Amino acid sequence: MQTLEYTAPKTLKDAITLLAQKGDAARPLAGGTDVLVQLRVGRRPQVNTLVDLKNIPELTRLSYDPREGLYLGAAVACCHVYEDATVRRMYPGLIDAAELIGSVQIQGRASVGGNVCNAAPSGDTIPALIALSATCSIAGPNGTRSVPMEQFCTAPGRNLLQNGEILVAVRIPAPAPNSGAAYLRFIPRNEMDIAVAGVGASVVLDSAKQRITSARVALASVAPTPLFVTAAGQALAGKAVTDEAAIQAAADAAVAAARPITDMRGTIEFRKQLVGVLTRRTLHIAIQRARGA
Amino acid sequence: MADKVHVRTTINGEATEFLCEPRQSLLEVLRDVVGLTGSKEGCNDGNCGACTVLFNGRMVTSCLVLGVEAEGKNVTTIEGIATPAGLHPIQQAFLENAALQCGICTPGFIVAAKALLDREPNPSEQRIRLWLAGNLCRCTGYDKIIRAVMDASKKMQEVKAR
Amino acid sequence: MTTTAPAPEYSVIGTRPIRHDGLDKVIGRAKYAADIQMAGLLSAKILRSPHPHARIKSIDTSKAAALPGVRAVITAADIPAVASDRMQDLGETAVRLRFLSSNVLAGNKVLYKGQAVAAVAATSAHIAEEALSLIKVDYEVLPPALNVLDAMKDGAPLLHEDMLMQEFGQRTTKHSNIANHFRFKKGEPADGFKQADVVVEREFNTAAVHQGYIEPHAATANWNVDGKLTIWCSTQGSFNVRSQVATLLKIPESNVKVIPTEIGGGFGGKLGVYLEPVVALLAKKTGHPVKAIMSRTEVFEGTGPTPGSYMKVKMGANKEGRITAAEVSLMFEAGAFPGSPVNAGAMCALACYNLDNAQVDGYDVVVNKQKTAAYRAPGATHAAMAVESVVDELCENLKMDPIDFRILNGVKQGDRRVDGPAFGKVGFMEVLQAAKNHPHWKTPLTGKNRGRGFAAGFWFNAGGPASCYIAMNPDGTVSLIEGAADIGGTRAAIAMQAAEVLGIPADKVTPTVVDTDSIGYTSLTGGSSVAFKGGLAAYEAAQDLKKQLIERAAKIWETTADNVEFEKGEFKLKPSYERKMTFTELAGRLLTTGGPLAGRASVDARGVGPAFAAVIADVEVDPETGKTQVLRATIVQDAGKAIHPSYVEGQMQGGVAQGIGWALNEEYFFTNQGTMANPTFLDYRMPTALDLPMIDTVIVEVANPGHPFGVRGVGEVPIVPPPAAVANAMKRAIGVRMTDLPMSPGAVLAAIQAKGNGKR
Repeated sequence: MQTLEYTAPKTLKDAITLLAQKGDAARPLAGGTDVLVQLRVGRRPQVNTLVDLKNIPELTRLSYDPREGLYLGAAVACCHVYEDATVRRMYPGLIDAAELIGSVQIQGRASVGGNVCNAAPSGDTIPALIALSATCSIAGPNGTRSVPMEQFCTAPGRNLLQNGEILVAVRIPAPAPNSGAAYLRFIPRNEMDIAVAGVGASVVLDSAKQRITSARVALASVAPTPLFVTAAGQALAGKAVTDEAAIQAAADAAVAAARPITDMRGTIEFRKQLVGVLTRRTLHIAIQRARGA
Repeated sequence: MADKVHVRTTINGEATEFLCEPRQSLLEVLRDVVGLTGSKEGCNDGNCGACTVLFNGRMVTSCLVLGVEAEGKNVTTIEGIATPAGLHPIQQAFLENAALQCGICTPGFIVAAKALLDREPNPSEQRIRLWLAGNLCRCTGYDKIIRAVMDASKKMQEVKAR
Repeated sequence: MTTTAPAPEYSVIGTRPIRHDGLDKVIGRAKYAADIQMAGLLSAKILRSPHPHARIKSIDTSKAAALPGVRAVITAADIPAVASDRMQDLGETAVRLRFLSSNVLAGNKVLYKGQAVAAVAATSAHIAEEALSLIKVDYEVLPPALNVLDAMKDGAPLLHEDMLMQEFGQRTTKHSNIANHFRFKKGEPADGFKQADVVVEREFNTAAVHQGYIEPHAATANWNVDGKLTIWCSTQGSFNVRSQVATLLKIPESNVKVIPTEIGGGFGGKLGVYLEPVVALLAKKTGHPVKAIMSRTEVFEGTGPTPGSYMKVKMGANKEGRITAAEVSLMFEAGAFPGSPVNAGAMCALACYNLDNAQVDGYDVVVNKQKTAAYRAPGATHAAMAVESVVDELCENLKMDPIDFRILNGVKQGDRRVDGPAFGKVGFMEVLQAAKNHPHWKTPLTGKNRGRGFAAGFWFNAGGPASCYIAMNPDGTVSLIEGAADIGGTRAAIAMQAAEVLGIPADKVTPTVVDTDSIGYTSLTGGSSVAFKGGLAAYEAAQDLKKQLIERAAKIWETTADNVEFEKGEFKLKPSYERKMTFTELAGRLLTTGGPLAGRASVDARGVGPAFAAVIADVEVDPETGKTQVLRATIVQDAGKAIHPSYVEGQMQGGVAQGIGWALNEEYFFTNQGTMANPTFLDYRMPTALDLPMIDTVIVEVANPGHPFGVRGVGEVPIVPPPAAVANAMKRAIGVRMTDLPMSPGAVLAAIQAKGNGKR
C-alpha cells in the first residue's frame, strides 16, 4: 500500500474543503471495508489521503420521523441500521440488505453510504434502496443537492459525485400504508459472497390489501450499475396480490432488462435465470410483508 | 514516508500509546508495534476473521481498521479475554471440546464467540453458525467449534443462575 | 460422536484429555511463523510473474536496490547453480532439484502466473513492496498450455523444451508436456467386460483446488558469519526443509538448523520450500535476519493447489452384482513441473474393490499453472469422485443397495490391488457394516429435491523414521521431545502413548516439538503418519525408560531387575510385593541413586495400516438456482485404534468439510489468459460455518497389527469419499448425474436444464 495521510475533520465544511483541494488524491473513509482493500491491491494508486468522515455529525446520525422518513447518515455502520428497532420495523427491505453485507465483523464497520458510494454493480443495499425510493443527500463546494438513488451510480465503481462532493445521507420516505419491501440475493455459499444476482422490490397495496397499487423492482450484479426496472413495477400495478401471472410478467421484465456479463461468479444465462427466480421470490416476500402476514 | 502518528488508546484494559504510519492497519500495529501477535493475519481483506478483535465492544476484523482509528477507542484482543483468575469459559470450552486443530483461527473464533455471548447468552446452533460465518476454519469442519460455543453458553448461564 | 467403548485394557489410550498445547492456543500466546520477532529483523517481499508462460530476457534490479530502506535484492542468479536432475523428496510427492530451484526463484523462464522471480529485503514490508514495483523484468511472452487435454496435444506449447516423455517406465524420444504415462494392469479387462451385464462409462473433470490452510506461508532466516543458518518456519517437515535448503544453497545440512514454529494448517501444502531459501539468501546478503510472509493472494497464486484433472472410468458388472472389469484413465495437471499425485491416485482408484480384470492408466502432464502440491490423500479424492460415481450408477442400473454392492465387491485381507500389493488386515467390511447399521442410513430421507448418497474411499497411509526422547523429572512428570510438526493434536496423541506405557496420566507428560538440532531425524507430518510413527517412537522410548526405571528400582532394593514388577505406575518387589515405590517416588530418588534417566528411540515405522472410510450425505438441491445444501453427513472410518478419539473425530470432520467444499464450490477459476481470477477467500469459496451441518462420526477400530496399540493413520482418508457421496446424493435428489467438480450452482442448473432438454 502506498504512503498515506490520514485526517478526520469534525465538520462537513472542513471535509468538503479538504476533498475539493485534494481532488482524486483524497478518498473518503467511512467503514473502510472496501477502500482499504482497494488500496492494498493497488486499485487506487492516485490516493494519498484518507478523509475519515466518522467524526462528522451529519454523517453519523440515524433518525426516523413519520413525516420525513429515515435519515441515514452515510457513515452509519450496517450494524447500527439493523440493530435499530424502528428501522427494523419500518424498513425490513433495507434490513435484508444490511444484514447481508459481509460478515458480522464487516457489518460492524461497513456503512450503507459506503456501499452506495462504492457503486459496485453488486452492492446489496443499492437495489434495496432504489426499491424504497431512497434519495441521496449530497453536499459539496457549490451547496447541496438531492438525487434519486437509481441515478447515483454511473458505472462500475463510479458515481455522480463531483470533486469535493460528499454523500451526506441516504433518505428514505416513510413507508406508505400497506406497503412492503424485500431484498434477496443469490450467492453460492450461505454467507460471505458477492451477489451473483440480487433483487430488491417494494409494493404498495390498496387499503383492502388485495391489489397492488404500485411496485418498484431493482437489480444487482446484472448490469454495469444497479438497475431500476420500471417495466417490472408497471407489470404489477393494478394487479391482484395473488396474480402469479403478473408476478411472472414482472420477473420476465426484470430478465429482459438485465444485461449481465459472464465472469467467474456466473454466466449470462445463469444470472438471467437467477434474476427471474429472485424477482418472483422477492415480490412474494414484499407482498407478504405488505399484507402484514 | 508519512510522519508517524501518535495514538492514545486502550488495549485489553491498559492505557496504551503507540506510533504508527497512517497506512498501517490495526492488525499490523497490534502485531508489529504493540507486540500482541495473538490476532492472526489469514487474508488481510476481511474474509477469514482470524484477526477479529473487539473495537469499543463491537467485533471487527482488525485488518480493515487503521491503527490511527484506535485513537480514544477501547480494543480487546485474544490476549485480553482470559483474566488472571483463569480462562474465559469460552476458552475452557474450546479446550474441553477439542474445538481446535492447528489453532491459527482459534483466537478469532474465541473473540467472535465472546462478542456473541456477551450480547446473546443463549443463541441457537443456527445463530452461532451465522454469527461465526465470517471466521474461516479449515481444520475442524466447525462441528466441535459450534459445540464448544453452545457448551460455553450453557455453562455461563448455569454460573449466572447460581 | 459415536465411538466404540474404550478398551478396558488401557488407562490413557482412548480417553479425551485436554491437549498439551491447547492453552497457549486459546489465549493467543502460541507462536506461529509470522509471529517471530527479533532485533534487526528485515522484511522481504517477492516479485511474481504476471504471465503464465514467458522467457525472462533480463531483470534490472538497480532502481529497487537504490530505494531508501532496501537492503538487498535477489534473483535466481543468487541461487548457487543447481542444474541437477536429482529427485528431491517432498514427502508425498517428489520433484527434480532444478525444478524446485526454479519454483523458488524462476530462472530463464516463468511457467505460471505468480511464480517467484525476484525478492527484496527492506526495513519494512511496505518499503519492500514499493521496491518490487521498481524491478524491471523484460519478458518474452509465450503462448501457454492451460489445461490437461490441450497440453497433451501434439503441437501444444512446450513448457520444458528438453523434457522427454516417460512411458511404461521407459524414456521415449518424444518431446511432450506428458512427463509420464504409466499403467497398472491385472487380468484382462476386455474379457471382463464380456462377462458384464451392465457397463457404465463416464468422463469426469475436476478443477484445481487449494489446501486452504488459514495461515499463509511465512519464514524467517538468520545467517551467521560462521556459516550457520537458522530458519524459523511453518512447515510440515523441518528435516525436509533442512535438506531442501541445504541442497539448493549448496551448504552442509549440518549448517542448517530449522526451528519449526506452530503451524496453521498444511494438508500437504507445506511440504516443499517456497520462502525458506529466499529469506536465507537475503539474510546472507544483508547480514540481518529476514522474515517473509505471503499474502493470501500469493498463497493461491504461488503455492501448490491439488491438480485439475480429466478422468475416464468404465466399469462392468454382472446381474449378481459382481464387478467383472474396470478401466480407469487419470490425466492430472502437474502444474509447471512434473510430479502430480497421479501415481497415488492411480493406486487408490480401484483399491476398494477386489477385481480380477482391471487396468489403470495415469498421465502426469505439465501445464502453465502453479506447481501442484500434495493435498490430503493426494490423487485419491479425484479418483474416488470418478470411480465411486460409476459404482453408484452400476448400483442404480442393477437396482442394488450401494452398501450391499460394496460389501459384495469390497476388499478383504489377502486381496490384491490392481497395482500389485496384497492387503494385510484391513477394516473395509467393518466400515461398510457400521455404515449400514447407522441410524443415518436406516432413517428414510423425505422431502422434495432431496437425496442421499454413499461413497467409500481408500488411502494407504505412510510411516517412516521418527525419533523421541523422554526425560524423567524429579516430580514424577516426564518431558517428551519429538520432531514432527503438530498440525492437529499429534503432540497429545504421542504423549498419550508414552503415558500408557509409563502408567502415568497424560498430563504428566510434557511433549514438545523441537528443532532439527535437538532431536534425531523425524520424517514429515504427512501420509497420516505422525500418531503412528511418532507414537511408535514414543512407545519404544517409554519402554526404554521403563526398563531403566525397573533396573534402578532393583538397584535401590539391592536385587535384580527380574525381581521388580511395574504395574499401573507402581514398582513392586517380587515375590511378596510388600515393598513398593510409586513412579513419582522413584523419580524423586533418581539423582541420589545413580543419576538421571531418559529413554530414547529412533524408529523406522514400517507396519503401516491402510485406512478405509465411507460417507453418507443427504443433500437438498434448489432446482431453480442449482444451489445444493448438505443437510446431513456421516463418516465411518477405520482408525485402527483411536488414541485421542476427539482428535480422530476432528480429522474425520475436517476431511469431510474439505471434501464438501471441493464438491460444491471450490475451484481455481482461470481466465483464458491463464490468470487465477479468484485468489481471495472472498471468491475462493471454502465452506463457512453456515454452509455445513454437524458432521457425525463413527470410529471403527480394526487394530493395525503393525503398531503396538493398533494405530492406523486417520488424517487423509476422510476427504476421499465426500465429493462422490455428494454427487451420488444429487443424482437421487434431482435425477442429474454431475461429473465435473465443483458442482457449483451454475453448473448444476445448466445440467438440470440440459436434462429437461433431453440432453442428459
